[in-house]
Amino acid sequence: MSSTVESEALLEKNTRETQWGLWVQQTLAILRMEVMKNFLSRRALLIYLLAALPVFLLTLLALFPPDADEFGNFNELSIIYSAIYNALILRTVVFFGCAWIFMNLFRGEVVDRSLHYYFLSPVRREVLVVGKYLSGLLTAIILFGLTTLVSLFMLYFPRFSAESVRYFSEGAGFGQALTYLGITTLACIGYGAIFLIVGLFFRNPIIPALLIYGWEWLNFLLPPLLKKASVIHYLHSLMPVPMSEGPFAVMAEPTPAWISVPSLIVFTALVLVLAGLHIRRMEISYVGD
Amino acid sequence: MRPAAKTQEQMIVFEDVSKFYGEILGVNRVNLSIAPGITSLVGPNGSGKTTLMNLMTGLLKPTRGRISVLGTSPDDPQELFRKVGYCAQFDSFPRGATGREFIEFYLRTHGCTNRAVENLTDQALERVSMSEAAERKVAGYSKGMRQRIRLAQSIAHNPAVLILDEPLNGLDPMARAEIIRLFRQLAAEGLYLIISSHILHEVDMMSDSVVLLNNGYVVAEGNVHGVRDEIEEHPMQILIRCDRPQHLAARVFEQDGVVEARLHDDRRGLFVKTRRPDDFYLLLNRVVLDGDLQIESIAPADDDLNAVYQYLISSDGGRG
Repeated sequence: MSSTVESEALLEKNTRETQWGLWVQQTLAILRMEVMKNFLSRRALLIYLLAALPVFLLTLLALFPPDADEFGNFNELSIIYSAIYNALILRTVVFFGCAWIFMNLFRGEVVDRSLHYYFLSPVRREVLVVGKYLSGLLTAIILFGLTTLVSLFMLYFPRFSAESVRYFSEGAGFGQALTYLGITTLACIGYGAIFLIVGLFFRNPIIPALLIYGWEWLNFLLPPLLKKASVIHYLHSLMPVPMSEGPFAVMAEPTPAWISVPSLIVFTALVLVLAGLHIRRMEISYVGD
Repeated sequence: MRPAAKTQEQMIVFEDVSKFYGEILGVNRVNLSIAPGITSLVGPNGSGKTTLMNLMTGLLKPTRGRISVLGTSPDDPQELFRKVGYCAQFDSFPRGATGREFIEFYLRTHGCTNRAVENLTDQALERVSMSEAAERKVAGYSKGMRQRIRLAQSIAHNPAVLILDEPLNGLDPMARAEIIRLFRQLAAEGLYLIISSHILHEVDMMSDSVVLLNNGYVVAEGNVHGVRDEIEEHPMQILIRCDRPQHLAARVFEQDGVVEARLHDDRRGLFVKTRRPDDFYLLLNRVVLDGDLQIESIAPADDDLNAVYQYLISSDGGRG
């Protein structure tokens, strides 16, 4: 199987093979393949629908404005958006979107019976975990980041275009938009890691996903110590417009940003290490999957 | 397996390998050393062929024992899959990929440059005659085309070891002949080809050696003729085409090892069963020298893989 062309090609190949250089290149190859699948496969349709849901509702709200006084008051919009962001975008769209994207990274491949192609490539399985996770993260951040920003603008601009331009160019609006985008990114990082491992460990990941959903929703009822064992607690601490969690909420000190952000990142790193250890021992038979 | 003395670094070695799926036996106590050339894994469904291949490539982990592929453990995919290409039996593909993308993605994980990816992909496609269909989506391929594109992917990085699980499935006769020719060519270039197939005459035609499996055990291994010679409970069957088979039938019982002589249906040949074929051939020489007989041809009638398979696997078989 040797020819001049092949020898040249392999020689060229070898010159690029420092260990870290190779891992980066392999990660990029996985990223490229996976992002294409995440955006273009039929499975992506559900994510598009989820991501478009808040934008659609806010468009309806712009076309058919409600009579409520709050919507007519520019100063109230930041509070309204905070509520929409918390209940609809963060707890519903980002949560379920991440569940779908990240659980399918491995579980979807097992269902499609195509995971073995990755396992038969010269890629360390830990590199595969990182590559797949990054592809999910990129997909989620692009989609849900857009949802966050477009929803924000759809609430402000149709009613108060002149004030909104000033608010976002000179006032607190730009900073707020960036903060929401940052929270969405952190949510994708945290939930992404959780759902990646759920997809790896559970044959039917729906039930664990619903249990996590319940835990995250009931966070406001948990004692302060248990609150810290959730992603939503750290995200709430970062909200630019604090909001009430209702009369039954158990109050807890918000965690400062300099603890919240590194905590979520360290947690994610630990989960990825666990995923790497698990996948090293993983076998493929597809029987019963 | 073959006489040439080779180190473990130059062989594919199974040392006391067992694999259990819970309480179900996959393979048990397998000891093998596979040298270059074409080695075929033969056995009925569920005999452990695919399990052995999956163990070799790390898709499965052995319950017990050790496997080494040219000195590399299957637990080290980064090193293993530089040397190994595996065309598995799973008939599924990454969603939405074209034939070319399917191969190119795999080559990128090797750290190849774009130019190398393109060159190696073209060569692989050409070798399996898939260049023209390369830009089409794999989902639209026929079964034979999917088989060939998987084969192209497994050979694209020029591996030293090629593992092929039922590689001729779904191919038409022309394509089969073409692919068998490719296998022979690769074996002649010094590759290790490990092939599983249930089409015995094709295995017989192309294999340098065979590993016969039954119920998870290696029943026999080696050159087909060598394996046949070792099956003592089934006397060797020889067909002698001659002008006077009745006369020959009378003479063959001069020799002790002959247990049966039967006229061919067209009465122009004689089947002889003997436990001592070498002695029988000497006797045959004497008969010819005596001028009693005009012989057209002499051929072993059960010295092929099919017969060996029947003897070892259709009956209870020995357990190695």
